[in-house]
Amino acid sequence: MKTVRIGSGAGYAGDRIEPAVELMEKGALDYIIFECLAERTISIGQMDKAKDESRGYNRLLDYRMRRILPLVKKNGVKVITNMGAANPESAARRTAELARELGVTGLKIAYVCGDDIYGQLGQYGDHPVLESGRPLKELKAAPLSANAYMGADGILEALKGQADLVITGRVSDPALTIAPLQYEFGWNIEENPEEMGQAVLAGHLLECAGQVTGGYYADPGFKEVPDLYKLGFPLVEVGEDGVFTVTKVEGSGGVVNVDTVKEQIIYEIHNPKAYLTPDAVADFSQVRVEQAGKDRVLVQGALSHGRPDTLKVSVGYRDCYIGTGEMSYGGSNALARARLAAEVIEKRLELIQAPVEELRIDFIGYNSLYRSRLSDEIVNSGRTYVYGGEKEIPEAGIPEVRLRVSGRFAHRENAGLIGNEVEALYTNGPAGGGGASGRVEEIVSICSIFVPRESIKATVAYLEVQGGAGDEA
Amino acid sequence: MKLKEIAHARTGDKGDISNISLIPYKEEDYELLLHQVTADRVKEYFSEICHGEVARYELPGIKAMNFVLDHALGGGVTRSLALDRHGKTLGMALLEMEIADLDGF
Repeated sequence: MKTVRIGSGAGYAGDRIEPAVELMEKGALDYIIFECLAERTISIGQMDKAKDESRGYNRLLDYRMRRILPLVKKNGVKVITNMGAANPESAARRTAELARELGVTGLKIAYVCGDDIYGQLGQYGDHPVLESGRPLKELKAAPLSANAYMGADGILEALKGQADLVITGRVSDPALTIAPLQYEFGWNIEENPEEMGQAVLAGHLLECAGQVTGGYYADPGFKEVPDLYKLGFPLVEVGEDGVFTVTKVEGSGGVVNVDTVKEQIIYEIHNPKAYLTPDAVADFSQVRVEQAGKDRVLVQGALSHGRPDTLKVSVGYRDCYIGTGEMSYGGSNALARARLAAEVIEKRLELIQAPVEELRIDFIGYNSLYRSRLSDEIVNSGRTYVYGGEKEIPEAGIPEVRLRVSGRFAHRENAGLIGNEVEALYTNGPAGGGGASGRVEEIVSICSIFVPRESIKATVAYLEVQGGAGDEA
Repeated sequence: MKLKEIAHARTGDKGDISNISLIPYKEEDYELLLHQVTADRVKEYFSEICHGEVARYELPGIKAMNFVLDHALGGGVTRSLALDRHGKTLGMALLEMEIADLDGF
């Protein structure tokens, strides 16, 4: 029976590269995917692109491509990635340049566009925003970006066009894996509902890379992971019936067992009977997993029920500014002094009429002030003197408390008031504060609308890197 | 006993919605979890954090469940004022929930 081997080289924009190289060298892979787009990554990419037309793709593209390009030809591994972000064409051009620089030739690079519908956003003004239920045109600020979650179609076309590397903008995360499976096995949603369900699940398990091989799993004494420091990334071996095995390469750190796989099956899904992707409405409710050997888990039983008539579009917009300030208090009564400081800050913000839309106060702490020996002595004493007014904690053993004040503002200059007021606690606040810090962040948020799937068309273009010659579109 | 002794969890986020898986180490404990860890109980448990509805979904094939907490991330991952904007640590809090042990069940 034919088997296709797909590895995962990245689970987020800044992921480690070493496990990807290890997979490409030792995994006998047919394909490797690099999933590098979080919900608002593209909006940030659009802001990069606005400053420089040739940017807007993944900031680690150079770093990653320098390591993986030589292995694409040497080991015959095709690469599929959404590192194109807001600018797949420039990402492809830069990749071609790097390939020439590295002497990697005979390379066909495809880039997939069509997800960016920023220019057409005007026609969707009356479409309701998922998060608020209000029409898009009532959004508080002008949109910065609008990108549709495309399915596997464009990548599939690129693979049919014999691309060695496929670079996309926004596509659904599982599409990176679904496309090569459709290409290899000829599956489609009408005739292969079970196989397409399995394809979505395979993509879902790969898209966070190390999270299925023991990353985000270790809990000493409860869940052990050997050699977490050299965590290997996953690969799936998929058969023509859609049944697949999750595994990793021999000698890598981490673990693949039924529990790592179960955790990742449920990760970031809502209703397991209707996991919506552009390519299929997947149903994981009847999935079964079975340990089939050391670091090998067999996965079967995913289904699908057609595919949605609409596609989700993420719209990015400048939302607000968040100002944050922090100050630490130690020893007995630290919590009471931190609470007093918080009360002072709240009253001072009122006094100066700071236009804060929302305020949050936190109390954080273990050993940042007194290191471990003294901190442990205080914790183990089970007792610090805490004057807490109505909220008295009689035996707390709290070695330190870090006050954190965070507020939301419409304008940057006002957001700085929080850090200023927290710093002023040195000379104007309770006894014994230390380590003040403050910062202001600009917040780009995302909202979603749905558009008819027919209105989104993937387009594919190619660059070829030939021996000694330039690239050719 | 605490849930921590018989189950593990992982937390994910989408917008202002948190999802927490709850997975027994031993599949025979699944029924006990189904009886005791209801959506209502989880909603009550997280009432200071989750300001919307809680739904529980079952995955009988892998003997696990998924809690979906609406309005649980301070307005959403991008704009939350919390230190842990993704609410990634919420699963570990769920495992602190007290349940009746097997004898009392």
